[in-house]
Amino acid sequence: MISRLKATVTDPHLLRALTGIFVFVGLWYLFTAVLNLPRFKLIPNPIAVLKDWFSFTPASGRSIFTKVYYLDIAYSVGRTLAAFTLATVLGVTLGLFMGWNRTFYDFAFPVVEILRPMPPLSWIPLAILILPGVEIAVVYVTFIAAFFATVLNTLLGVFSIDKNYFLAARCLGSKPKDVFVNVIVPGSLPFIFTGLQIGMGISWMSLVAGEIIAGKQGLGYAIYEGYFLYQFEHVISYMFTLGILGYMSSAGIRAVGRRLMAWEARRRGA
Amino acid sequence: MATGVQNNQGEILIKNVTKIYDPEGVHVVAMKDCSFDIAAGEFAVIVGPSGCGKTTLLNAIAGFDTITSGEIYLDGELISSRDKQIRPDVERMVVFQNGALFPWKTVMENVIYGPVVQKRMKKREAVDVARRMLHQVGLNGIEDKYPEELSSGVQRRVEILRALINKPKVVMLDEPFRGLDAVAKTVMHEFLMDIFCESPRTMFFITHDLDEAIFLGNKVVIMTTRPAQVKKIVHVNLAWPREHHMLASETYLDLKREVLEAVHEEAKKAFEAGEREMA
Repeated sequence: MISRLKATVTDPHLLRALTGIFVFVGLWYLFTAVLNLPRFKLIPNPIAVLKDWFSFTPASGRSIFTKVYYLDIAYSVGRTLAAFTLATVLGVTLGLFMGWNRTFYDFAFPVVEILRPMPPLSWIPLAILILPGVEIAVVYVTFIAAFFATVLNTLLGVFSIDKNYFLAARCLGSKPKDVFVNVIVPGSLPFIFTGLQIGMGISWMSLVAGEIIAGKQGLGYAIYEGYFLYQFEHVISYMFTLGILGYMSSAGIRAVGRRLMAWEARRRGA
Repeated sequence: MATGVQNNQGEILIKNVTKIYDPEGVHVVAMKDCSFDIAAGEFAVIVGPSGCGKTTLLNAIAGFDTITSGEIYLDGELISSRDKQIRPDVERMVVFQNGALFPWKTVMENVIYGPVVQKRMKKREAVDVARRMLHQVGLNGIEDKYPEELSSGVQRRVEILRALINKPKVVMLDEPFRGLDAVAKTVMHEFLMDIFCESPRTMFFITHDLDEAIFLGNKVVIMTTRPAQVKKIVHVNLAWPREHHMLASETYLDLKREVLEAVHEEAKKAFEAGEREMA
């Protein structure tokens, strides 16, 4: 027990990680609290941010002890989850079918390739005009980029499958639907999960932008509000909140991926 | 193995098969007027220079590809011609060059895949059969492992069992033991020999390894360089089951000389043709 603890504490990877964080925070402190660089005048130092973030009576009215903090998180997480789930279900389905059926691919691919590079934010005007309510428009903007990332990666996943697996499956007496279930879906899973991770990242980015432009609540909206109200402590604490949430969602996807792809994990000797 | 009953099925007639590949107007005659037969239950080994169209034949019999002209019959039924490409089916199983066990399925899931997907057996029943087959060849305790956790020699054996559980008329193996070291190859040969002796069925075995060809085959079909035809058929009249001491026998050495000469001639031609193409 103790030796394990010792091994963890002296693990070089952990030590380097902590050093990296220490240097980062140190530089931040140096620029904002010690050197008082001209462009950093208004930027709060790390201690001020932490104080505000963990205060019972924050100047901005937003800390881990306030209800509004969790309300902001709930709004943002809710929107991201809704958008991401939709992007996964629709994106994986579309990608698999495009990879499975050449005719369908011919129809769908050009449209996907034109829509895919459009920046999510460029959808905002149309989203607001077409969709009922600003809320759904924000979710749509969060959804759209993740959706295309998922479609493309799923499609690449299907294309990455060794041709011999298809031939073997047919030799063994598979009907097309058996090939779909036993070859196409599991064979493309590694790429699908790469796509989901990318999609999750893009979701968070687009979400904050969407909230800033069209939102009423949520972390992105609150960050922008903090900017106007000169509450820079909470701008920064919310940025870190977003960072933590983004990290947690990626880790969650990785964990699910590992469970679904035991064969992949064991190949890598994990 | 599975039943141990020889069913006199799996006779293959290859008649004047020609295959022309024509990708973007480059006219490549891979095979021209190639004819030979494989009797039911015969272990035929096909050898010849690289790119001589051995795999072309395999693909046509398996139903993966068409031929340009000629006919291929299986038990009297036309399965491949200019206008006909049969669908891949369990009666004609292929074991692939680089292995095609599904990496996302365990050994057990791989072996039972055929009978279950064809709804020939209930899953429980298939598991019993598969376990018995694995046990019989000494591969116990790997049922729940994924293919990539196993050595390539074990992977190949599992893949062959996955084919055999379907009781195919013909098993086609495209250089299945390529890349294995000499020791592993010996193990594979004994494995295949046991399986074949227990329940003979038509084998279509492609290889570059002449010792392997003579050791395993009833019949060694030597192909010419492109366009491929049959150069020579050598009947191997060694007793069954084959044993490794036979590799040193007089008969064996004579056979090997015969095969070697034929192959060497073709290899030389192929090499010179290659030189010409380069020039």
